[in-house]
Amino acid sequence: MKLTDHEKSMLDGTQGRAKARAMDLLVRYGEALGAERLVETNNVAGAFNASTPSVRELAKKGFDAVYSELNLDSSEVVEVPRMVANTCQLITGIDNEQWRIQGIPEDLALQQKRGEEFFGSRGINMFATCTPYQVGNVPVKGEHCAWMESSAVVYCNSVLGARTNTEGKESTGAAALTGRIPYWGYHIPDNRHGTHLVDIAVDVDDIMDWGLLGYYLGEIIDDEIPVLTGRWHQPDLIKLKHFGAAAASSGGVEMYHIPGVTPEARSIEEAFGGNRIKATVRYGEAERRIAYDNLNCATDRGVDFVMLGCPHNSIDQVWLIASLLDGRKISASTQLWVHTPRALREVADRNGYTKMITEAGGFVMSDTCPAISRHMPKGTRVVATDSAKQAHYLPAITGVSAWFGSVRDCVEAAITGRWSGGLQ
Amino acid sequence: MSAETLAPAAPVKIVLRGRKVVGGCAEGEAIVTRDTISGWGGINERDGTVIERRHELRGQSFKDKILVFPGAKGSSGWSAYFHMARLNGAAPRAMIFNKMTTKIALGAVVAHAPAMTDLEQDPLTIIETGDWVKVDADNGVVEITKRPKEGSA
Repeated sequence: MKLTDHEKSMLDGTQGRAKARAMDLLVRYGEALGAERLVETNNVAGAFNASTPSVRELAKKGFDAVYSELNLDSSEVVEVPRMVANTCQLITGIDNEQWRIQGIPEDLALQQKRGEEFFGSRGINMFATCTPYQVGNVPVKGEHCAWMESSAVVYCNSVLGARTNTEGKESTGAAALTGRIPYWGYHIPDNRHGTHLVDIAVDVDDIMDWGLLGYYLGEIIDDEIPVLTGRWHQPDLIKLKHFGAAAASSGGVEMYHIPGVTPEARSIEEAFGGNRIKATVRYGEAERRIAYDNLNCATDRGVDFVMLGCPHNSIDQVWLIASLLDGRKISASTQLWVHTPRALREVADRNGYTKMITEAGGFVMSDTCPAISRHMPKGTRVVATDSAKQAHYLPAITGVSAWFGSVRDCVEAAITGRWSGGLQ
Repeated sequence: MSAETLAPAAPVKIVLRGRKVVGGCAEGEAIVTRDTISGWGGINERDGTVIERRHELRGQSFKDKILVFPGAKGSSGWSAYFHMARLNGAAPRAMIFNKMTTKIALGAVVAHAPAMTDLEQDPLTIIETGDWVKVDADNGVVEITKRPKEGSA
């Protein structure tokens, strides 16, 4: 791989051991990819949190050791300097305020807080959400980023027109200290054109339908680039947040085009950029049913736990849930957790939405989600969620069975304790 | 004595060339899947088993095996989970895959396991679970010794 003089000086240790180890990882990673060079980035979103039980032993050696091993793949413990690139923390495993409700042991909650003090003092912004684009990190078109979190990556590329591959814990750790990431994949304009045409033959309008469409496409298209045509209705941030997260769970979709909506496709022709269309995928009533059936693995209609807010809810979604719950009480046999970024939780508190939800018997959580934390209310066997991503991962990770439906279906399940949703 | 009636058939060996992703050389028993693999939410990093619902390898472990698969999918926690599998002693001994992505490139790098891709023939059609496979990534060579078929002796 070709390195600039500045990059060579980082690699040879002239600028300190941490940057040397970071460059070493980037070179090994770039060569594995077959990248020819690195590209400058000043927008890194990674996972620097120390919130899982498996980090416990490492954390006893200090957070330099945690960063060295888990964020730089370095067995040599290096002293972590300030970040070079603007860097933020994505979702963590622990709600800093409500870890007791999650059932997190106290020592782990303290470990995460100590870690945040350490990483915060190096300049890592503690957004603690899977949706940094909801709380101030909104890259502009063409900006080179190094982001983790598959749902954020697909949003960054597709909706914002910024450029990132799906990075990992180690590559974002190295990028933050060097301001570099391999120039490969979605950083290269020619790799951003559409590959598959999707002919949508049913109306796709509400959030649930955008989720079903995404979940179906991910499984069929894997990590190629779909271009949507047909009967979709104008989406918004919330719908595209759900659509991308679903497509990046059943498959590996990192970019899509919706001609007339997303910034790199004013037309179908521009979306394909001269690419031959590899295949046309039809999405009709039968395909919608397949996605729905694949997501609903539960048979028991008694619901123990309702999970809302994956990817983390916007403030409008929190308001909708608060409105649906207003003056009602959730079932004694069911728990309801609503997840939103910490910064939006502040707004929810201020507006009284949090109060409306807690008075109904629910909780508003931040910083984490059940799939990441692997913590749900004790004894949960059946979960209901409006998130295709959560319905995909929770059964695999925790062994529960899942119902997937609209936010209204989920709130009704919380109130009655029973699942009565279905495909309309 | 007639050789053709008594000598056991020599094990079938196949040699394929490909591109090094991570250097090194390792050999072991193959575990093969046609399904792509998720890291976070797809594997148990403590014992190397695949946990994804509806996955062909669900409940089976790649620990100390040569993992042969189409590629990576899903969460960006792919590398972190193969990294932790390595720290827990549950990583595959080597990896052979078809489709290059950032998830798998970084995951292979931090798993510290020899890895190869771009083989001259599709490894998913040549290699079967149980075959003995040597991955010499430094020299870009994969050597496959077919497991004797039952009843073919």
